Amino acid sequence: MTTHTTTSEMDIKHLRQMAKKLRRHMLTMAAGKGQGYIGQGLGIADILAALYFGEMKYDAQNPDWEDRDRFVLSTGHYSIGLWAALAEAGFFPLEELSTYGADESRLEMSALDSAPGVEMTGGSLGHGLGQGVGMALGLRLQKKASRVFVELSDGELQEGSTWEAAMSASHFKLDQLIAIVDCNGIQADGPIVLNIEPVADKWKSFGWETTEIDGNDMTQIVAALKSARFKDGKPKAIIARTIPGKGVPSIENCEKAHFLNTSHVDWNRALEELELQND
Amino acid sequence: MIKPGQTVAMNVAEAVLDYPVISAPFGKALVEVGKQRPEVLGLTADLGKYTDILPFAAAFPERYFNVGMAEQNLIGIAAGLARTGFVPFCTTYCVFATRRAYDFIAIGCALSRTNVKILAGLPGLTTGYGATHQGIEDLALMRSIPGLTVIDPCDATELMQAVHAIADYDGPVYMRLPRGQVPVVLNPQTYQFKINRAQRLRSGDDVGIISTGMMTTRALEAAQKLSDQGIHATVLHVPTLQPLDTDAICELAASVKLLVSVENHVVSGGLGSAVADLIVSEQTGNRLIKIGIPNQFIECGSLPFLQSKYGLTTENIVSKVKAALDGSSR
Repeated sequence: MTTHTTTSEMDIKHLRQMAKKLRRHMLTMAAGKGQGYIGQGLGIADILAALYFGEMKYDAQNPDWEDRDRFVLSTGHYSIGLWAALAEAGFFPLEELSTYGADESRLEMSALDSAPGVEMTGGSLGHGLGQGVGMALGLRLQKKASRVFVELSDGELQEGSTWEAAMSASHFKLDQLIAIVDCNGIQADGPIVLNIEPVADKWKSFGWETTEIDGNDMTQIVAALKSARFKDGKPKAIIARTIPGKGVPSIENCEKAHFLNTSHVDWNRALEELELQND
Repeated sequence: MIKPGQTVAMNVAEAVLDYPVISAPFGKALVEVGKQRPEVLGLTADLGKYTDILPFAAAFPERYFNVGMAEQNLIGIAAGLARTGFVPFCTTYCVFATRRAYDFIAIGCALSRTNVKILAGLPGLTTGYGATHQGIEDLALMRSIPGLTVIDPCDATELMQAVHAIADYDGPVYMRLPRGQVPVVLNPQTYQFKINRAQRLRSGDDVGIISTGMMTTRALEAAQKLSDQGIHATVLHVPTLQPLDTDAICELAASVKLLVSVENHVVSGGLGSAVADLIVSEQTGNRLIKIGIPNQFIECGSLPFLQSKYGLTTENIVSKVKAALDGSSR
């Protein structure tokens, strides 16, 4: 069993700095490629930092370590954020980030499980939670204390398979399964096109222990992850309200935040804006 | 020929049986595999009773999961379990596995190379329940997915051997599932199933019949009848449609002019199409007659009636072969 230490102000500050570091990597990657799902990546940078540099146990030198916690990125197109986190965590060299989206790079625009540290191939939306249910069931059969964190998006709540999985997780009493629902309010066609609210009530009614937080507030993220350690026979849902482009005001305010390319962003200015943000 | 009105759709045996049968051979084989391999699990989507998996559930209740009517989730959960080192055997019907959960099989199983086994009941015309339940195009759908092994076993002998073989094989598999009272056609003492191996069950120089699944039984019967009339057929049984045993098919193609494909599946996209692709690309110059279900949805009806109407009979194979040979020099 891993023992979790009490989170101090120092830790929170460190996690904020890590989130900023991830954002810096992402902007550099998007600038290099000239495009990317940068809005979503910037939006979940705080959650990724809290998971990879606080909450989760893993061994970057041994990605298949059986006792690791699993992180499932159901929204494969958020890969720009995952690559930054995995590189910073040591799964592959930081220099490799510059190959993001390039021909023959393993750091694809949508994350594939052939890259080290990627637990599943996301991107076809509605797959992650069901696979997370399977992983959690498997880990419980193996009597492992490992947990499964599944990131999914608000748009993904429109996929019926997400709710099939949600129903089964509470049926099987998978309290080592944590769904982090990134509610950033956007999807491919623009602002959420089909009403999904009330999100938290839906998860509660499906039998999940549910909390709703500001997904860009590190103190709230850390507290929610901490309370999700509770063994009460219920899966945990963290409804994280995030701002796409968080940390870079010009991107936060960009209407086309779902997929950005160079015609919409001055990447140098974006990096300058990021550096001006307080930790 | 059975005529409309002679039989009642839903209360006849699922196949006309002239062979000894084994009851629930899949469940029996999976229990055996389960005893040898603790990592083997059983999953179903509210069709445990109807896919012969309950013997496994009774033997290993803690290793059996019913996920309810949710085939996408069935495959998703299986992929997750496979990721943690288990070998999940999932059962549902062909139609639900393939039409409903296609993306989950393509991405979560095939692209991700997870060790998931999908066992699909009611293949082709083995139910009279109508178009919603007849998996007539599943082989076409599944064999177009890269990296997915696709198997259509002939009988109880082959099914039981194949359950062991696919448990030993590390990779995703889609296998059609004969259920209930399943005939024993192949001799369990001598027959040996191997993934990716077609098997020559009978040899003859006049025509090469290439068959899969339950239609191999009819092909063998047809070959016997043809032999009685002086026409000698080779029967090449192809249980695995992907990867295809191309060597065996090419070898047969080189020895006969006329090839006849026979399958319990629409004539587009299944075994017949696979053979057609192969003989064209290899320029073997054979004539090919494809026997299977026409490209249309099939109505509700009794199995003898439907199988007779749509040509899945011994007599149809015999007459098609004779007509083809009469129209050409042997």
